[in-house]
Order: sequence, then C-alpha cells, then structure tokens
Amino acid sequence: MQAEVKQTDQEVKHAEHSEFVSFTVAGQAFCLKITQIREIRRWSPVTILPHAPADVLGVMNLRGAVIPIYDLSARFGLQQTEASERNVVIVVSVHGKPVGLLAESVSEIISINPDDIQDTPPVDSRNTMEYIQGIISHDDTMVRIINLDAVISAPEQVLP
Amino acid sequence: MSGSIQDTFFEECEELLEATDEGLTAIEGGDHDPEVVNAIFRAVHSIKGGAGAFGLDDLVAFAHRFETVFDEVRSNRLELDEKLIQLLLRSSDHLSALVEVARDGGEVDEAHHDTLLAALDEYIPEEEEDLTFEPMGLGGPAPVADLGAAPAAPAAPQEETYRIRFQPLKEMYGTGNEPFFLFQALKDLGDLTVKLDENELPGFDSMDMAESYLAWDLVLVTKETRSIVEAVFEFVEGLCELSIEGDGDAEAEANALAALDAMFSAPAEPDSGAAAVPFEPPAPAPQPEAKPAPAAEKASAPKAESGKQEQRSGPKPTLRVELERVDRLINAVGELIINHSMLAQQIANLNVSDTRDVETELEGFKNLARDIQEGVMAIRAQPVKPLFQRMARIVREASAATEKTCKLVNEGENTEVDKTVIERLSDPLTHILRNAVDHGIEKPEDREAAGKSRIGEIRLSASHRSGSVCIEIKDDGAGVNRPRVKQIAIEKGLIPENAELTDSEIDNLLFAPGFSTAKEVSNLSGRGVGMDVVKNAVTGLGGRINISSTPGKGSTFTIILPLTLAVMDGMVVSVADQTMVVPITSIVETMRGSDDMINSLGADGTLLSIRGNFVPICDVAGGLGLYRESDQQAGVYLLVETETGQRCALAVDDIHDQRQVVIKSLDGVCGEIPGVAAATILGDGKIAMILDPESIIAASPTAAAFDTERRMSNAS
Repeated sequence: MQAEVKQTDQEVKHAEHSEFVSFTVAGQAFCLKITQIREIRRWSPVTILPHAPADVLGVMNLRGAVIPIYDLSARFGLQQTEASERNVVIVVSVHGKPVGLLAESVSEIISINPDDIQDTPPVDSRNTMEYIQGIISHDDTMVRIINLDAVISAPEQVLP
Repeated sequence: MSGSIQDTFFEECEELLEATDEGLTAIEGGDHDPEVVNAIFRAVHSIKGGAGAFGLDDLVAFAHRFETVFDEVRSNRLELDEKLIQLLLRSSDHLSALVEVARDGGEVDEAHHDTLLAALDEYIPEEEEDLTFEPMGLGGPAPVADLGAAPAAPAAPQEETYRIRFQPLKEMYGTGNEPFFLFQALKDLGDLTVKLDENELPGFDSMDMAESYLAWDLVLVTKETRSIVEAVFEFVEGLCELSIEGDGDAEAEANALAALDAMFSAPAEPDSGAAAVPFEPPAPAPQPEAKPAPAAEKASAPKAESGKQEQRSGPKPTLRVELERVDRLINAVGELIINHSMLAQQIANLNVSDTRDVETELEGFKNLARDIQEGVMAIRAQPVKPLFQRMARIVREASAATEKTCKLVNEGENTEVDKTVIERLSDPLTHILRNAVDHGIEKPEDREAAGKSRIGEIRLSASHRSGSVCIEIKDDGAGVNRPRVKQIAIEKGLIPENAELTDSEIDNLLFAPGFSTAKEVSNLSGRGVGMDVVKNAVTGLGGRINISSTPGKGSTFTIILPLTLAVMDGMVVSVADQTMVVPITSIVETMRGSDDMINSLGADGTLLSIRGNFVPICDVAGGLGLYRESDQQAGVYLLVETETGQRCALAVDDIHDQRQVVIKSLDGVCGEIPGVAAATILGDGKIAMILDPESIIAASPTAAAFDTERRMSNAS
C-alpha cells in the first residue's frame, strides 16, 4: 500500500514539469508536448496530392514511408504558409501513424508546470476551441497548447 | 496444446485432400495405375486416423466408407467405371466439406451426406460393414485393458503366436495415430493379450509431457500370416520401435526382421530390392477362404510400401514460414532498390570526373539487389494448381445442382503467381465458373441438338504473358445471349432504350453493377451480386478482365493480372511540373503530338487523330485539378485502352523513363484520391503518384461526353 502511494507521488513530481516544444505558426506561438514529437526536419518540397484540401500540402518520403504533410496555419484558419527552406516539418504520431506538420520555425523547449496551464477562454470560433487544449504564459508571450487528436482526425476522414 | 496439434492436422488434411483430388483427377483421365489408387487410399486413411484422434465422428465414419471402397478397388474386386469414379469424386468433395465443417464449424448437408454414404455402401461387400470404427478422443491408453481381458480361444491348427514389442516414438502421437486403434485392428485378426510396459516412465518432476515413455508387449494368436500382422503397423512405420516375433519359422522371421530394419532405417531409398523381396509372404499356410479382404491386402501391401517410399523421397524439402516475415523482407528489398537509385543519382550529382570504379561497384550492387528481389518474390510465388483443383470441385457441384454434365480442363497449373493474388482470385474464379455452368453450358439435350458433345467443357488455363499473368476461362456453351442481355440492361435502366451497342459493348454489360440474367434466383448464381463483383475484385488486384463470346460456340473470360502486388513496371511522366507514374500495362502506344493532329469538337472537346482514327484527349493535369505554372503545353499523348475497349489519349507534358517502381499504398495516409492508384518513391527520394488511367478517363468530361455522344449518335 505504501509503495503505491510513493509511486503516485513520484508520478506527480514527474508531471510537475512536462517539457513542451514551442514553435511559431503564422506569427503565433504554439507548443506540443515533447513526447508527441518524433522528429523535426527542414522543409523540402513535397509531392502534391491531387484534389486535396488547402491545408494538406502533400506527401513526403520519410525513410521509405509515405507521410502526409499538413499546413498548420491553414488548418487553424490563418493564412496559408508560403513554405520555404527556413520552415520546419514537425513529425508527430497521431492515431499510430506518422504525420508531418508545417510550422514557421521551432523556438525552444520549455518546462511547464501543469498548474500553470490555463483553460482556453471562450472565443467565437468553435475550431479554435477544439484545436487549442489550453494556454500558458511564457516570457510574457501567450503559448497555445495544441490538441493533436482534434487537429488531425483519424486518417480515413482526412479528405472529405 | 490440442489446438496447435489440431491446426497441424487440418493443415495436413489440406495436403491430403489435394493429393486425393489429384489422384482422382488422374483416374478420371484414364490413369488406372494401382499406385494412384494406393496413394488415395493412404491419404484418406491418414485423414481418418487424424480425425479419429480428435473425435470427429462424422469425418471418421465417412472417411472409413470411402477408404473401404478404395480398398475394394485396390484389391481389384471393384471395376473403376465411370459411375464409380463420379461417385468417388463427389465423395472426395464431401470429404473436403466435412473437413471444413470440422475446422470452421457450420452445417453438414445431411441429405447429401446420407445419399453418398448409401451410394458408397452399395460398393462395400456385406461382411465389411460389420467392421465398426469407434473413434475416441486423446483419452490415453486406459481402454486397452479391456482388450487384454479377452481369454485365449482354443488354438486352431494353423494358428500361430506372435510376440510383438511396440514402442511408439513421440512423433507417432504428433501424426494423430493412436495405439488403441492398432490394438483394435490386431484384435480383429485373432486373440490379443496386451501388456503395458511403463518401466521407462520417469517421476513426475522429470517427466517431459511431449515425450513418449510407454511401450506395449503384445501376444497375438492368429491364423493370419506375418505380413498381415505387419500391415496393421503400416501407418506407424518409422514412428515406432517395433519387433514382431513369430513362434514358428525362425528363418523367415530373421529375413523379415532384417528387411523391416532396412526399411525403417533407410526410408529414403525408393524401391530398394531389399525392401521388396522379404515382403513376399513367407509361404503362407493354406488360407481359409472366409476372409478374402485381408488376403488381398497382403498382396498389395508391398506395393503400398514401396509407393510410400517413393513419395517420401519425391517432394523437395520445404519450410513453413510466417507470411509476415516474408512481407517484411519484401518491404526491405523495396527500400534497397529505392536506395540504389538514390545512390546512383547522388553519385551522378557529385561532379567527380572519374566515377568509373564507383559505377562498376554500383552496377554490382544493382544486380545483387535485383537477385534478392527476384528471390524474395519467388518465395511468395506459388503455383495456381491448388486453386485450380478447388475449382474442379466448384464445377462438379455446380453441374450437379444444374443437372448438366461439365468437365473442367486445367492448363498451365504450374504457373506461379503471387500468393495474395491467388488468394484473392478464388472468389472471382468461383463466380465465373458457376456462371459458366449455370448460364454458359447448355442442358445435355440442347447440346446434342446443337451437334455438340453432351458433356460441356470448361477450360481453365493460366500462363505468363510478358510480365503479367493471364488466366482464361473458356466454355463451349451457348455464348452470351446478347438480345436478352440488352433487354435486361434496358429493363434495369442501365442503358437508354434506343441505345445502339456493339457486340462487345453488350458483352461488357455483364460487368455492369446490378446486372444479373438469371431468370429466377437459383441457389447457384444470381444472388443479386453479379459479375461487377468479379470485375471489382480483379481491378482491386491491379488487373483487367475481358469477355469475348461467339453465339453457339461459347464465351471466354480473360483475366490479366500483374505478377506481383509489390512492384510494377511504370512509365515516368511529368504532369504540371509533377513527376508521376503510369502503369505500363494500360498503355497501348505513346506519341508526340503536333497541332495538326488535334481537332476540336464542340466547345471543350478535343480529339486526337491517329492514323485516321479520332480518339478523345483527356488532359491529366486538368483531370487531377493541377495547374501548370509554366507555359508548357501537354504535348505527349499516351494512348490507353479501358476495359470496355474504349480508347483515350492521356495528355501529359513529357515522358522521361520506363522503370520498375515499388508500390506504396496510400491507405491510411489519405483517403481515396480519384485518378491516383498508389504512390512510389523515385530515385531522388521524392514521392510520385501512380496514376489510375481508368478513373482519370471516367472523370474526364471530354472522354465521358464523347462516349455518350457516340452512343446517342449511333442510336439515332
């Protein structure tokens, strides 16, 4: 019984400081839990998928696997990113499949205490409410925590 | 534990049933070699043995009758006439069905079962029927004691006492053999005393559950000769340590023992003289005529033995491997090929003046990669023979249900095709063959009236044709009833009433969704699913299906399939600054177009004139919703032909190369994209879409409009 309590304590301690990777998309700061990210790559031109919606940029070759690349900015309803070599692709794993997300640039790794995460204040856009899990204040800027599962729906429903 | 043994049993059953089918087909073809009959007998007997061990009563009972009839045949007391052969074929089908039911559950067709049993019984002499075969589970050797309890009967003059030492190896239990049945068989020969020797049985803590520790000492008092006693152990030879000592002829016994030893220790030697000679029954005492069956079995026993040996040394050793492992290997090889072309491109980009040495090595790398690829593909490739054999059964069942007589002739059974292709071909082939019997082949009377043989012939052939596999189903029936097909299509609203169609267009209506010509729903075909399902299955495999038909002469279905699903030959083209791949199988011709070859038709329609023929042009870029950034015009045309025989010129910007590409499925990456079949990775590491010409044309307004236009103009 005591051992169990101890373990829970440790878990809490671990949870106290989760590490997040922050990056910018269309000039706004966002972040993802570091454990969700598989790798970060420099942008290279992708292969266009015919008849794809505007926020699906195309597919990329990731060591022999074909993975789709999403434009996060377009996904959030902001302007479409003019992708260049300065941009990065953040490879995450959603629903067990690798998916690439185009971001402007990666900023830093920040340590966040879960208590510091604030709920997303209600705004008009329902999409925003769904896509943003919460917000935190870091160095006087607002960083939005992305709800990955909401942003990237299950693979079958990606294309309407 | 019993689950895995049972799985092995069913796997073996598959092989045994295949052997049975093969043998029966040979007999049907006029090959009455006793060895063939023996092979079938052994196969059925093995199924019976295994089924007994698992308590599959129905299977055991049926296999027993079946086997008994074969026993009659192999001892030459039954003539293999046409009627019997047909019965045996049907019984073999039923045996397969019983095995399936035992494995997957489900219902046995009781009426059919009883009819066949009764029919088989007619061929079985009276006294054989008394022989009841009691199946039992893996209950252990407990009931043996009952056998031993039988008191020794007064000895008859010719009676002889055999002392048998029987010690099974653990492999024997693995094959589904049970000592109990052996003892029961021995008991039928005479008086048997059984004594269990459990001296080798270790204590519980050191006991290996899978090991065999038990041995039996048997004393048999019988009038039968030694060879009959030995025949009882026919199916466990090599799986046990066996010694049989007779009281009398010491000399003959020594000979026989030596022979036995020779046989068991060197089973790979086919037809060795040593094995054949001592099996001549050692001067049998005058035989009482009461039991003719075993006497005949004695005569055929040596043949059976040698045949078995032949079989054993015959097939090459094989290895069962999990499919997943092979697939992993295939994936890795695909990467290797891509990796090679990337390396080659990188070296070309290096700008080094002398790359000869590197290129030589690279060439070696390429050859090796190709060798490995071919080797790996060959692992997955399997002959279509088992599939074709199953189809023979489908045809027999369909013939029986429709009261028509048909025979299936197989050709090119050894053609090898990718395993997945074979698996997924089973349903379409079944459907086509059932249709061929149900709709294609006429009733015997009608056939006779038309001056054809009463027996309909369906020819199922497989062959390799320039990188693809061609499977043809050809019947000599009435051919497609075109007026009727057209009428139905009109009734179902598939075509306008005044449509004027060519013969081949009418034939292809069979593949239209929701089309079924069966006048009433028979239990054979016409369940509402039609040939469109067949077509979908074939296109799902990246293949094509065609039908051609001559009234009164029959129809031919041709299925063209890629050899493998992992790699294909493609033409690399560029469309709106994107590199794409078009499957080579769909391209008829490529040409560079000039302005004077292009003719406008209506507002947007354009036609390409090729040697006086006009073919609609379908712009790939437009069809895929892509826009050219540069001013470059689509100037190269790929002439493709759709399944309906419609031709269309796909306009692309340029053709680069023709090469083998590794197919990467887009499943799970994104949903279905119209016009795109899959993707591949090119030498520069970029992904290229593999196009599906069929769906591009279907989506293209020009080609589609042209098609209707032509139909309408034909109609007016």
